Amino acid sequence: MTVRMDLLLCSGTGCQASGSLQVRDALKRELARHKLENEIRIIETGCNGFCAQGPVMIVQPEDIFYQKLTEEDIPHLVEEHFLKGRPVKKLFYKEPASAETIPSMDDIPFYAKQKLIVLKNRGVIDPENIDEYIARDGYIGLGKALLEMTPEQIIQEVKTSGLRGRGGAGFPTGLKWEFAHKAEGDVKYALCNADEGDPGAFMDRSVLEADPHAVLEGMIIAGKAIGAHQGYIYCRAEYPLAIKRLNIAIAQAREYGLLGKDILGSGHDFDVEIYQGAGAFVCGEETALMHSIEGKRGMPRPRPPFPAQQGLWKKPTVLNNVETYANVAQIIQNGGAWYAGIGTESSKGTKVFALTGAVNNIGLVEVPMGIPLREIIYDIGGGIPKKRKFKAVQLGGPSGGCVPERHLDTPVDYESIVKVGAIMGSGGMIVMNDQTCMVDMARFFMDFIHDESCGKCTPCREGTLRMLQILERITHGRGDDGDIELLEELSDMIKNSALCGLGQTGPNPVLSTLQYFRDEYEAHIYEKRCPAKRCAALLDFEVDVDQCIQCGICFKKCPAGAIRWQKKEPAFIMKDQCIKCLSCITNCPVDAIS
Amino acid sequence: MAKLTIEDLKKIRESAKKSTALREGETNVKITVHMGTCGIAAGAREVMDALLEEMAEADRQDIRVVTSGCMGMCSSEPNVTVEMQGKEPVIYQHMDKNKMRQVFKRHVLKGEVQTGFALARVK
Repeated sequence: MTVRMDLLLCSGTGCQASGSLQVRDALKRELARHKLENEIRIIETGCNGFCAQGPVMIVQPEDIFYQKLTEEDIPHLVEEHFLKGRPVKKLFYKEPASAETIPSMDDIPFYAKQKLIVLKNRGVIDPENIDEYIARDGYIGLGKALLEMTPEQIIQEVKTSGLRGRGGAGFPTGLKWEFAHKAEGDVKYALCNADEGDPGAFMDRSVLEADPHAVLEGMIIAGKAIGAHQGYIYCRAEYPLAIKRLNIAIAQAREYGLLGKDILGSGHDFDVEIYQGAGAFVCGEETALMHSIEGKRGMPRPRPPFPAQQGLWKKPTVLNNVETYANVAQIIQNGGAWYAGIGTESSKGTKVFALTGAVNNIGLVEVPMGIPLREIIYDIGGGIPKKRKFKAVQLGGPSGGCVPERHLDTPVDYESIVKVGAIMGSGGMIVMNDQTCMVDMARFFMDFIHDESCGKCTPCREGTLRMLQILERITHGRGDDGDIELLEELSDMIKNSALCGLGQTGPNPVLSTLQYFRDEYEAHIYEKRCPAKRCAALLDFEVDVDQCIQCGICFKKCPAGAIRWQKKEPAFIMKDQCIKCLSCITNCPVDAIS
Repeated sequence: MAKLTIEDLKKIRESAKKSTALREGETNVKITVHMGTCGIAAGAREVMDALLEEMAEADRQDIRVVTSGCMGMCSSEPNVTVEMQGKEPVIYQHMDKNKMRQVFKRHVLKGEVQTGFALARVK
């Protein structure tokens, strides 16, 4: 019998966490009950991007987008829509600003403004079925590269495209390949860096879950370009679903002869293995990553020699990020000039960001280079929830910096973002509202860096600890005159003397918050006051009786039962029972507690 | 399985495209089977089964089969609406599996409206 309807149910990690597997089982059950199982197909896709609304499902051919599905919704949905053809409005997406319901995915502002290259197959194909990838022109670029192009031509095409490393540093990919291509040696390696470690970032995980073949195809092409016959994907073991889907993809590609000997009859051999990392942040650094694959402790070494000359097992090696590889096949297929037509003068193509924090539409977005940050946060992200004020956006995780309101029109390209004190980074984008204390945020990242420092070089091992201690003192109300200057001095020293990128960029969150929010540091140190009301040690936990609107929200939110309140009376916090969890302050609609 | 050549790869692409056509292919014909409670009671399920069997035989990826609720004319159920690109939709009434097969073979595939079964032409 013919399939008349496809249900594209998101099964990325995000949607699985919000229950998409239960939804799938309920769908199977209900479809069978109505005897629809042969005419309606459930396709489990990779991450669709709109994680905040998960589990999400797209119904084709009608192009209807359902969101926040629960097991309980399914009997009604199957009977009403899939049997009787009446789409269920209450499960449509509702635009937060206008409260308007939108049935079609293309009309939802979150999707409408994105441009998909890396994520072109997300939510459209079953990532565990190689044929569906091939249906969307998968491995056609590989065929062109292997059968019609020389290594030099492939490198030239990638150079023409202007593709730069998506791991964050932005080194031109074509140039990197050329160095490895020219390096002497009969054994070379093409590696993929899937050791995504920035807090809040999940771009690479989603690409691997939604479209693993795109990464494999890029790696095989890189193998031909540099003359490598073996590739490794270094992926953290904390990404079980990505690893599972990669393993399935590798097995399917091997079965089709797209990995192995004499691929597509071209004479080129290439195979891939997955190496699981234990989740150490420093193993995202290229030399540490290679040490880890070699079975040694994951620690960086000084460069030169660069990996293009002496990389894995001292052989010439190319290491690219997941997202970089995912661009390659389409560049070969459509030509470098096509890719270079998207983006800005210095930054070509698109970039995937993991949009998170104080923003309405949390999820994965792919945008053309050059788009202003404001458009990402307000048009795609839907702005700041609960009528709060925007304060800053943090880019590039622990190596990056924050961009305040007045620089929000900065276009997304490698150079412009550096000019305002942040970095493009691998794609973490954390939006912060006026309830975020910038000193506390800097302390959080410094805690992370100190924790993840491998300890090999003194500036990073000892310097980040000293900086963390100072920041902890400041946020606990014991900051001293001279602390800011000491932080600046230490930052400067660590940046200039640390061995690898982790230490060299580690002080960035402190420096960038000092650049834009020095007044907050000063308020903590000299006035013993936290303007954002986040540092519990600097708060009194008292209700301002004049400001209190007697709504009782704090009373309902307090987990310790430490607030006394009755209708038409202001709230009162009983300090002996208060656990200083901040839930009253966070939820007070008029900021009456300090 | 033997190793693929580029021709094999393209063949897989063409056959896989048929399987994913629902998601992105073009639509030239839309056939709606009205499956409200009244339609189902009158036998719409059988009509749908016959239609899907015909679809499998025809191997056309540009035809979409959808369901919809009751049109308000319960006495004429099962109803089926055929919309061809650029033409006015035709609603058929009192359908059964044989009528459905005939409508599919003659109207959908050859463009001959089966006036005898028609309820109305929607202007």
